[in-house]
Amino acid sequence: MAVPRFWREIPNRYNLVGARCGNCNKILFPPRSICPFCRRMGKLEPYRLKRKGKVFSYTVVHVAAEGFEDQVPYVLAIIELEDGPSLTAQITDCNPDEVKIGDEVEMVFRRMGEESQDGVIYYGFKGRLIKP
Amino acid sequence: MRDVAVIGVGLTKFGELWDVSFRELMMEAGARAIENSGIDGKQIGAMYVGNMSSGQFIRQEHISSIVADHAGLVPIPSTRVEGACASGGLALRQAIIDVGSGLHDIVVAAGIEKMTDVLAGVATGALATAADQEWEVFVGATFPGLYALMARRHMYEFGTTEEQMAAVAVKNHRNACFNTCAQYQMEITVDDVMKSPPVTLPLKLLDCSPITDGAACAILASAEKARKLTDTPVLVAGTGQASDAISLHSRTSLTSLQATIEAARKAYKMAGVKPDDIDLAEVHDCFTIAEIMAIEDLEFCKKGEGGKVTEQGETAIGGRIPVNTSGGLKGKGHPVGATGIAQVVEIVQQLRGEAGKRQVDGAEIGLAHNVGGSGGTAVVHVLRRGD
Repeated sequence: MAVPRFWREIPNRYNLVGARCGNCNKILFPPRSICPFCRRMGKLEPYRLKRKGKVFSYTVVHVAAEGFEDQVPYVLAIIELEDGPSLTAQITDCNPDEVKIGDEVEMVFRRMGEESQDGVIYYGFKGRLIKP
Repeated sequence: MRDVAVIGVGLTKFGELWDVSFRELMMEAGARAIENSGIDGKQIGAMYVGNMSSGQFIRQEHISSIVADHAGLVPIPSTRVEGACASGGLALRQAIIDVGSGLHDIVVAAGIEKMTDVLAGVATGALATAADQEWEVFVGATFPGLYALMARRHMYEFGTTEEQMAAVAVKNHRNACFNTCAQYQMEITVDDVMKSPPVTLPLKLLDCSPITDGAACAILASAEKARKLTDTPVLVAGTGQASDAISLHSRTSLTSLQATIEAARKAYKMAGVKPDDIDLAEVHDCFTIAEIMAIEDLEFCKKGEGGKVTEQGETAIGGRIPVNTSGGLKGKGHPVGATGIAQVVEIVQQLRGEAGKRQVDGAEIGLAHNVGGSGGTAVVHVLRRGD
């Protein structure tokens, strides 16, 4: 990935910042330029999401995506955030067998991967199970 | 729009065709379709070529010109159409709109993907570009992974089992045994699927369609012209297309493809038919769960019962609604840009009564359902015998 392509997404990826529409109050993540509900009437402003959610679905990946080969098996999930929107993220710090739909998670800042030995290191968010 | 018919179809062998180039593949399917239609090339007014990613697979863009040139059809207008794995279905729809509008009387709808000129890892990476690079692939999503997320949720909401998903692969492999163009002419068992290596659980290797080289072609004509050219025209009764968010996390449901529901609604309405009227269907089974969701979204069964009806044999040849008689993407193979056209090749052969051992008796109306990516695009066609 070219450096600018990653760099320009850093504010959203590092801070879990989406958008909130001042017209319909919907919270959107990932960020968008246009509110899909209000379109030209929308007034999008940055919104920092609460870092809690629930597992909506998950899969245990054995054949990795490019660049994730050293992480298998890893858990990929769709997490429904408390604020409303959902996102795709890995579930970290767990045994892959223990994840269930409905589990509560907190979003934690993690290293995602790296370009090469001397390239960019990618960071972003993963989910971590909140154990009762 | 005036009525449009399919007057000829052609398909190459599907598989890992290391000795055949992109150009040779496309010419083989095209020549077969032309021969099948009984026309000569001079009557062709335009061409639409469905292709997902020649740039990534053979490092060649601008293939519309290559195809027209090698077919000896320059200077007719030739246009590449892209919608990930729905590229073929979209090319067909563009050709239908072209003929329907009256712009041209005879138009070619082709589809092709040459996927084995790169290593398997590169090919799966190329396919993943049909998903959201910034917010899905960036965090480690693979294409099978996205369908596995749908499968897990489907299991949670409706009690669908891994054995029911396996039953889709078993049926489609059985059908492929009767299709000489199919990549896998071999039967498998539920046990084989269950014991195959994990890809992204709950999906295992035999839940996944393969990487395939192949091309397909259909010749379209106005219905009026078609009746003069052939005794067995197949009419395009309905066409529907819809889009949805590219990423799963931005959708309203994980257990339905809204694009399929919307495209089907439009195609059924245009054709003036109900799901019950369909005699057979080719649906987009890129993964076994995808066929289960498709037959529900196309309303061949109630939501949540796709796994059960598959297990009970209702979608087998001889069953209530035969699905993927060609072997589907799973058994026949999935050269992504060709798939949407190949589905229509099968429907046309079935409606003409030319499907040999996989023939559905008395088939009058057939449906083809082609999906792009994880459901960001869907296109549905309803075809009916026109004799």
